Amino acid sequence: MTALRGLAWLLLFQSAGELLSRGLSLPFPGPVIGMVLLLIGLRSELVRDPVSVCADFLLAHLSLLFVPVGVGVMTHLSLVSQYGVRILLAVVVSTLAGLLVTVLALHLLRDRDGPASKEPPHA
Amino acid sequence: MPKFVELWVYLSATPLFGLTATLVVYVLAQAVYARLGQAPWANPVLWTVVCLAGGLLATGVPYPTYFAGAQFIHFLLGPAVVALAWPLWLRREELRRRWGRLLLAAMAGGIAASGSALLMGWALGLPSEVTLSLVPKSVTAPVAMGIAEKIGGIPALAAVFAVITGLVGALSGKYLFDALRIPRDAEGWAARGFALGTSSHGLGAARALQVNADAGAYAGLALGLQVVLASALIPLAFRFL
Repeated sequence: MTALRGLAWLLLFQSAGELLSRGLSLPFPGPVIGMVLLLIGLRSELVRDPVSVCADFLLAHLSLLFVPVGVGVMTHLSLVSQYGVRILLAVVVSTLAGLLVTVLALHLLRDRDGPASKEPPHA
Repeated sequence: MPKFVELWVYLSATPLFGLTATLVVYVLAQAVYARLGQAPWANPVLWTVVCLAGGLLATGVPYPTYFAGAQFIHFLLGPAVVALAWPLWLRREELRRRWGRLLLAAMAGGIAASGSALLMGWALGLPSEVTLSLVPKSVTAPVAMGIAEKIGGIPALAAVFAVITGLVGALSGKYLFDALRIPRDAEGWAARGFALGTSSHGLGAARALQVNADAGAYAGLALGLQVVLASALIPLAFRFL
């Protein structure tokens, strides 16, 4: 029951996000606005407890949710046979670039505000 | 035998088929993945997609018929994006303390991923609507579809690219980070997870979550940030291009 109440909250926040997105023609998709609204809503215990149960379940199985879209690759077979290798090359290189830049940026910025920064600098 | 064929024709046309096939194949793939010690190449999404797409093509079941059932799983992507507020909320103290450098890393990583996709698509001579569908691929699938639509890409294609991107990150992240000698301490795990969430959204986050709790939380955070940044900045950037 708690999980069900959590799902009801998630859907309510998503609907509110959808309404705001369409109504004010904002650049953000409905679920994204719903996420920001929920971040504010989580201050209330009434929202927090049920949402935590449902969110943990949904996020634990997040990868399953991508399967239906992934199977959609079969509808683009002509594109895949024509440009498949080039598309894959572009995807692999740009994904690695994203990983590399992010992890290096965080790695280089580390210690600045981490616990280690409290240590006195070595002479 | 004709009875069986009739039965298959009937069953494969009901929504029950797509939903059942998706869940059963995924559960099996997940079991194999666990048995193989969660090796990156045994990624359950990759093999579920390969098996299902292969099976549908072999049996001649069209994708819309499959999707009539699978849409019930697909639908949950929306509430799942909303639910990302939960890991953010749990880390709100850390966020408040580190938001500056996390935001910087998220922006740098997002620009690197989208920018390099745009450059690669252009350099490799891909059709422009394909290249434009590549640009939002580091964002989780439903959001990538919305962004692609705004900048002139093909939403369905953008969703597929997002899934492939997620798989590439989930498969290669470990090896890349080990080669870069990113340490396996708390900060190192946070950086690894954050990079996976930034570049490979939900599928990277799912992988991070399985490997380390810190990595998983930061991946969720990164994917939430990327959703907000990309849906604001990519359409804005294209307005000036």
